Amino acid sequence: MSPTNESAQQPHVASVLVARNLAKAFGSNVVLRDIDIDIRRGQVVALIGPSGSGKTTVLRSLNGLEIPDAGTVTFGSGDASAELAIDFGAKVGKKEVAALRDRSAMVFQHYNLFPHMTVLKNIIEGPVQVQKRPRAEAIADAERLLERVGLADKRDAYPFELSGGQQQRVGIVRALALKPQLLLFDEPTSALDPELVGDVLGVIKELAEEGWTMVIVTHELAFAQHVADEVIFMDGGVVVERGPAAEVLRAPRQERTKLFVKRLQHDV
Amino acid sequence: MNWDLIWSSFGPLITGAVTGTIPLTLASFAFGLILALVVALMRLSPNWFLSGIGRFYVSVIRGTPLLVQLFVIFFGLPSIGIRLDPWPSAIIAFSLNVGGYAAEIIRAAILSVPKGQWEAGHTIGMSRPQALVRIILPQAARVSVPPLSNTFISLVKDTSLASLILVTELFRNAQQIAAFSQEFMALYLQAALVYWVICLALSTAQSAVEKRLDRYVAH
Repeated sequence: MSPTNESAQQPHVASVLVARNLAKAFGSNVVLRDIDIDIRRGQVVALIGPSGSGKTTVLRSLNGLEIPDAGTVTFGSGDASAELAIDFGAKVGKKEVAALRDRSAMVFQHYNLFPHMTVLKNIIEGPVQVQKRPRAEAIADAERLLERVGLADKRDAYPFELSGGQQQRVGIVRALALKPQLLLFDEPTSALDPELVGDVLGVIKELAEEGWTMVIVTHELAFAQHVADEVIFMDGGVVVERGPAAEVLRAPRQERTKLFVKRLQHDV
Repeated sequence: MNWDLIWSSFGPLITGAVTGTIPLTLASFAFGLILALVVALMRLSPNWFLSGIGRFYVSVIRGTPLLVQLFVIFFGLPSIGIRLDPWPSAIIAFSLNVGGYAAEIIRAAILSVPKGQWEAGHTIGMSRPQALVRIILPQAARVSVPPLSNTFISLVKDTSLASLILVTELFRNAQQIAAFSQEFMALYLQAALVYWVICLALSTAQSAVEKRLDRYVAH
């Protein structure tokens, strides 16, 4: 369960992903303005902010589920040696979106497991159908990953037979099985009963320790502080503040960040 | 009542069902479903031209009587030089008809699958057609079985209209025996009985299919 990009064809390149000036509007409603993000290999970035701040849109843009109106996303590095560079200002083709999705995998708030497939089939669907890897190898990988998240015995269960926390762990395994360079989490614990949150956060924390590169949209500030290297606070479609997790969450400089952090901590 | 006649008539009626009604239904439904899937996808297409054609087709099929459609194809087309035999005429007419109705069912079923399922398909790297085939249609199938069964059962009975363009099937055999024996009540009730038995069998099959497709949802 270690990141495949560890083999690093370009060991001098520290960046996995560089996004510049991402902008998006739905009609007259501006949801993103001039968003810059740098994600280094092995880094965990937490995106926090009130609902409607644009954090989920940023995350979805990195997986091509939203296409920004402008801005660039570069995989590999920010310079000419980049292995993939997409300019959203120009027309973005299917191939570019596919290339973007090749490199990242998404874990959804509502799991979005395929209800008509067993746990195992959910996991091997991408590796076998899309990546064309040998079925036996994909199954072996899937079983190993399931074991890691404590769900080996659920291999042949259907999603409806699992609890929310179990479904989300399968969702994480489904993403890992794609061997992406970058894992994206969209509020992975927001739909869970409180007593199930810990299991899922535990798995994510282990992944961080193993060196996976991750971007996590979350409301779990304590978790973000514990796991994230960098925290980005967004509000109203802009990045208000960013920095090391402990700084942004414990000693925010911006007034809006202070308010947000304080409110969330009181709520909990 | 001429009981001997009644008993001996079941033979031709069942033969009519087996060699006429049932193959006509199966062929028309199969072609109709393929057509319906194509039309449903056209209607869901962002291309206004394609979706317009789809909408027009559905509107014409649903807005005109099946009997008229059948007559246009069998009696009408020869006047523009297209002469079709009874069987192909009937299969074309019924397929087009099923295509119109089932297209709406399939379209609704596809729309009933949550958007997150498309997204999950895309995020594991699937193209739209791939996600449609592997992720969306299997889930849409479950939703569309009850209404499609309705269409199928209606079709079984609608094929009796083919008797009017000289297709030898269940009802045409009943008509011929009735005309010759003057036992109208008996023969038409017998025909009704045979249709009913076929539809009962289909309802049972429908339950079995639904049960199978329901195995992955909570009860």
